[in-house]
Amino acid sequence: MKDSIPQYLEALKVTVSLGGIGIVLSFVLGFLIALIGYFSIPILKLILQGYIELSRNTPLLIQLFFLYYGLPKLGLPLGKNTAAIIGLTFLGAAYMAESFRGSFESVPKVQIESGRSIGFNNWQLAQAVILPQGLKVAIPGLGANAIFLMKETSVFSAISIMDLTNVTKDLIGMYYLTKEFLLMLVLSYSVIILPMVLVIYLLERRQHHVGL
Amino acid sequence: MAETIMEIKQLNKYFGTKQVLAPLDLKIEKGEVVAILGPSGSGKSTLLRCLNGLETITSGELFFKGEKLPLTDKSWQKMRTKIGMVFQSYDLFPNKTVLENIMIGPIKVQKRATEEVQEQALNWLERVGLKDRAHAYPRQLSGGQKQRVAIVRSLCMNPELILFDEVTASLDPENVREVLEVILELAKTNKTLVIVTHEMAFAKQVSDRIIFMAEGKILEQGPTKAFFEQPETERAAVFLRSLDFSNL
Amino acid sequence: MSGFDIFFDGNNLIRLFQGLLVVVKLSVISLILGLILGVVLGILRTTSFKVIRVVLKIYLEIFRVVPLLVLLFVFYYIVPELLNSEVSNQVVSISVFILWISAEMSDLVRSGIENVPVQQIEIGKSLGFNSWQQYYYILLPQGVIPVIPGVINLVTRVIKTTSLLMMIGVTEMIRVGTQIIENYTVKVPTASLWVYGLIFFLYFALCYHLSKLAAYVERRQVNG
Repeated sequence: MKDSIPQYLEALKVTVSLGGIGIVLSFVLGFLIALIGYFSIPILKLILQGYIELSRNTPLLIQLFFLYYGLPKLGLPLGKNTAAIIGLTFLGAAYMAESFRGSFESVPKVQIESGRSIGFNNWQLAQAVILPQGLKVAIPGLGANAIFLMKETSVFSAISIMDLTNVTKDLIGMYYLTKEFLLMLVLSYSVIILPMVLVIYLLERRQHHVGL
Repeated sequence: MAETIMEIKQLNKYFGTKQVLAPLDLKIEKGEVVAILGPSGSGKSTLLRCLNGLETITSGELFFKGEKLPLTDKSWQKMRTKIGMVFQSYDLFPNKTVLENIMIGPIKVQKRATEEVQEQALNWLERVGLKDRAHAYPRQLSGGQKQRVAIVRSLCMNPELILFDEVTASLDPENVREVLEVILELAKTNKTLVIVTHEMAFAKQVSDRIIFMAEGKILEQGPTKAFFEQPETERAAVFLRSLDFSNL
Repeated sequence: MSGFDIFFDGNNLIRLFQGLLVVVKLSVISLILGLILGVVLGILRTTSFKVIRVVLKIYLEIFRVVPLLVLLFVFYYIVPELLNSEVSNQVVSISVFILWISAEMSDLVRSGIENVPVQQIEIGKSLGFNSWQQYYYILLPQGVIPVIPGVINLVTRVIKTTSLLMMIGVTEMIRVGTQIIENYTVKVPTASLWVYGLIFFLYFALCYHLSKLAAYVERRQVNG
C-alpha cells in the first residue's frame, strides 16, 4: 500500500500539469476569442460561435478519441499528452470564451462610449475599460470552469494516460485493495480541487471588498 | 359601547440594538377607520406590520377582541385570516388569474365552498369596477387595477380588521384615485380599517381618528377633524405645515 | 472500401443506433428519478433545519469536488461488494447518475426558491397560508419556472456524460463505435475518423437543440 504512493504522486503530477496547462491555455485562448467576438466583423463572430457550439455540445471523450485515434489517419499523429492538452483546451477555451463574453457584455455601454469619446482605439478600450470592469464579473464563472476542466482530466484515462484514475484501475487490478485505492483516488482529487475552490472563494471575496 | 377589536399594551420593538418603536399603547374599536400619519422612518409601517405578525415585537402584549395573543408563528397563521393586509407593492400571484388570486385564500385556508366564495368575489369585483377582468392575469393589469384586486382579495377573507400599508405610494398618480375611492367605500360600510398613508387629503376624508407618529412614538392621537384643524403637539403642527405648499 | 461504406456494411448502423438508444434510455431513466429527487432535496435545503441543510450541502459538494468518472469507478467496484451480488453496469451507471443529478437539481431548485420575492411570501402569510401551502402555491410554482433553462442545461450535461459509461463497460454508442473500428482498421484505415465523426455529430445533434431550447425558454422568461 505504501509502495503505491510514488505512483500516485506521479499521477498527481500528470493530472495537475496536463490540467494546469489546459486551463491556462483555455483561459488565454478563450479570452482572445471573446475579445475578437466582442469587437469584430459578423462573419468571424459566426465562425467563432460555431466553434463554441460545437465544442460545448459534445463530450470531451469523443473529442479526445477524434484527436488521438482519428487525426493520425489524416497524417497528423499526436502524442497522448499533446492530444490531451489540445482536447482540453479545445473544450475549455469555449467555456472560458462564453464566461468572458458575458462579462464583457456586462460592462455598461456608457463606459464604452466614454472611452471612445476620448479617442480610445479597441486595444486601449480593452485594457482600460473592458478588462478591469469585466474581469470582476467573470471570476466566479472562470473559476467554475477551471474546476470543471480539472475534473475533466479524469477522461484522459480513456486514451491510456497514466493519470490518477488509470493508476487506480491498475493498482486495483494488481492488488485488489479496492477500498484503499479508491480512497486514495478520491483524496487525491480532493487535494487538487479543494484548494482551487478555496482560492476562487478568496478571489471573489477580495473583489467584493475592493470593488466599486 | 364599541367593541375593541385590537389592543396593544406597551409594545416595544428593537432591530438589534436600535429601538424602532418605543413603548406604545393603542386601541382600535370596531367600525373605526384609523389613519396613521407621520414623517418617513417614524415606524408607521413597522407598527402596522406588528399588528399581523409580519414583524415580531421585542416586548409588550397584543389583544384581539379581548383575548391575549400568544404571538407564535402558528397562532399568527390563524389570526391572519381575521386580520387582512394590503401591501404597498401591489403583488398578486403572477401565475393565477384575478379570480383565482381572490378565491385561493377563502377556499384553501378557510375551507369555504367554492360557489359561495366565487359569488362574493364577483360581487366585490363588480363593485370596484373590475368584473370584466376576472379572468385576466396580473401582468395584463395596471398598478391601480392590481391594487384594487388586492383589496378585494383581502375582503373576501371576511376579516374583522384590514390593514393598509401605504397602498398608493407605488402607484402612478392617475391610478391613485381609483384605489382611494375603493377604500372610501369600504369605510362607509363600517369596516374596521387601519391605514398608513401619505395622502393627507385622503386621510382627512376617510378616517375617524388620526394617530400621529414620529421616531417610533405615538405623539398624538385624536378625532380627525380636530387633528387637522388644531394639532395638539408642535411636532404635528410642523408636520402638517411642511405639507402645505400654499405658503411657499 | 471507403470510410463512408462502413455505415452500410452489415448491421453497423443499427448497432450504432442501438448504442444511441442506450444513451437515451439511461439518460431518461436517471433524469426522471434524479430530477424528482432533486426537487425534494432542493425543498429540504430551504427549510429551517440547519442540520439537513448542512448535510445536503456536503452531499452536493462531493459531486463538485470529485469527478464523475471517479464516482462511477467507486460505485462500479464497491456496490457489488456491498450488496454481495453482481450488479449490472447499467444499474451502477443509473445509480451514480441519479445521485449526481439530484445534487445538481437540488441546487437549482434551492436557488429558485430563494429568489422568490419576499413580497409573494408575505401575501401568502397574510392569507393565512401554512408552510405546505406556501411551498405548494407560491415557492414551487414561482421558484421552479425560472430554473428551467438550468434544468435543460443539466439534461445536456447528462447526455454528454453518458460518454463516460464506456469506461465501466456499458455498451453504449462510443463502445460500439470502437468495436466497429477495430473490425475495419485494416480494410479502411480512416475508419476511426468516420465512426467517431458520426458519433460526434450525433451528440452534437442532440445537445445543440437542447441548448437552443434552453436559450429560447430563457429569452421568453426574461420578456415576461
